[in-house]
Amino acid sequence: MDVLKGKVWKFGDDISTDLIIPGKYKFKTIDLDELSKHAMEGADPQFALKISKGDIIVAGKNFGCGSSREQAPLVIKHAGISAVVAKSFARIFYRNSFNIGLPLVECPDLYNNVDTGDVVEIQLSEGRVSSRGKTFYFKPIPGFLMTILQDGGLVEHFKKRGSFIWEGPTRSQ
Amino acid sequence: MGMTLAEKIISRKIGRVPSPGEIVVLPIDAAMAQDGTAPLMIKSFEGMGAKKVWDGSKAVFVIDHISPSSNEGSSALHKMMRDFAKKFGVTLYDVGEGICHQLLPEKGHVYPGGIVVGADSHTCTHGAFAAFSTGIGSTDMAAVFASGKLWFKVPETLRINISGKMPKNVMSKDAILYAIGEVGADGATYMSVEFTGDAVKAMSVDSRMAMTNMAVEMGGKTGLIASDGVTRQYLEGRIKVPFLEISADPGAHYSDTLEIEAGKLEPMLSCPHQVDNVKAVSELEGLQVDQVFIGSCTNGRLEDLEVAARVLRCKKVKARTIVMPASRETYLAALEKGIIEELVRSGCAVGVPGCGPCVGGHHGVPSPGDVVVSTTNRNFKGRMGCADSSIYLASPLTAAYCALNGKITVPE
Ligand code: SF4
Repeated sequence: MDVLKGKVWKFGDDISTDLIIPGKYKFKTIDLDELSKHAMEGADPQFALKISKGDIIVAGKNFGCGSSREQAPLVIKHAGISAVVAKSFARIFYRNSFNIGLPLVECPDLYNNVDTGDVVEIQLSEGRVSSRGKTFYFKPIPGFLMTILQDGGLVEHFKKRGSFIWEGPTRSQ
Repeated sequence: MGMTLAEKIISRKIGRVPSPGEIVVLPIDAAMAQDGTAPLMIKSFEGMGAKKVWDGSKAVFVIDHISPSSNEGSSALHKMMRDFAKKFGVTLYDVGEGICHQLLPEKGHVYPGGIVVGADSHTCTHGAFAAFSTGIGSTDMAAVFASGKLWFKVPETLRINISGKMPKNVMSKDAILYAIGEVGADGATYMSVEFTGDAVKAMSVDSRMAMTNMAVEMGGKTGLIASDGVTRQYLEGRIKVPFLEISADPGAHYSDTLEIEAGKLEPMLSCPHQVDNVKAVSELEGLQVDQVFIGSCTNGRLEDLEVAARVLRCKKVKARTIVMPASRETYLAALEKGIIEELVRSGCAVGVPGCGPCVGGHHGVPSPGDVVVSTTNRNFKGRMGCADSSIYLASPLTAAYCALNGKITVPE
């Protein structure tokens, strides 16, 4: 999980969850094999057929904007994508991805140094990603999100530990 | 240093002053999932092996997105929700009750100072009542259902100050569309968007909700408005906790402020296929319109239906026009005032309270090539179920004029 290497599929800015998984599919089933056939369909209708396991999505700003549907990161992961590197992510999509075990990397510098078909390598814990012989750095993922990711997502995390990492003694009332 | 409204609400829960960027754990006062997100929530909840829901009076399910169901698959997911609600004592609002974001305040789940989460991105709506309220995903929601708590990053705040008096043909929807055009679709990402100014004070609850509803369209985590007499009047008799007036401190620190002079606003449209692609209605005047939709958690409230009925009264629409009241309560109030009759007589198709065509899931799907004017909050490609149609977002007033003339029209 710490080192991810894969072929790039590049997208632009503001890829909404409606493009990632159109609403018309998500209300009818929660079967991921079925839903994943439509992954990224709104942005590239052939996407699910073209990709191989371990491939990486690189995108512009505000990736995953729009609805809170968790089906969006789920279909990306289930289709075989190992990580998404974007200039920035929409907030709910960001939380959802870690909760379901899909690593996200916010690295604006990579974008202009990579194209579809290139192979990139991501070092998650060290916060760097390399492409075409160049290395780019990103702010490492917060520790507790890394823990959730390493546990395989929030469901596995809770199953394993019987509590959530953010619970325990806090100063909350 | 003074606190912003978001900081103020959070500070009341943690008993100290929070600083932007820090992670806090907050107890949840209301948690909602709808039929697009609840099924996955249930799957995650069961996957976790959670044994009970922390508080069934605070945990709410709403069947509003594909409602009534149009297909077997959706019906099965609805049944899954009903079964879960029964087993764990979750409060359920079923087919015909209305849209989740209308029901939470109506049924007393939202109050000033409360922490509200919804597995729906427009949960930011409830900030109109000075509740810290934000959208989350299904697995986060499963964690809330299991534990009653969740982590949050304390947001920085973007202030939108609207001063002066709005022109007669301008609604709060025009103000928020204008603001989104200025801020951009991701300009407020991770931030709380706080609406202040005398124009906001003068707004009804319905108008305020239309603005906070769209905070997420600029990336906002929540949209907030101080609670006052207007809020009190709406909430009293609905909520079970004492009403609080909560506002930001005078010396609060805002990351940025957008000043809007209400008097200079004009009717706006958000053009395909990005919400921040905002233009004045006058720039597109005359474009032929095939379908109009008046409804949704943005503009399906009584005030909105009333405005539409006033325009359409004793006249006939020239575009296919669909109207969905936001809730049963809205529907009944509109019936009593004769609004529904006027809309039906003018040729509108009035439907069951719920999300309707907003999300393209089950009905009111436009045809390829259609131009749609809609009072909803998103115009992404394919949003209403047809990738080859163009959606323009507008106020209910503008939408009604477009329906009347069958083309884009500047309202009077
Ligand atoms: S009315 Fe539209 S935006 Fe609002 S909750 Fe329903 S689908 Fe979402």
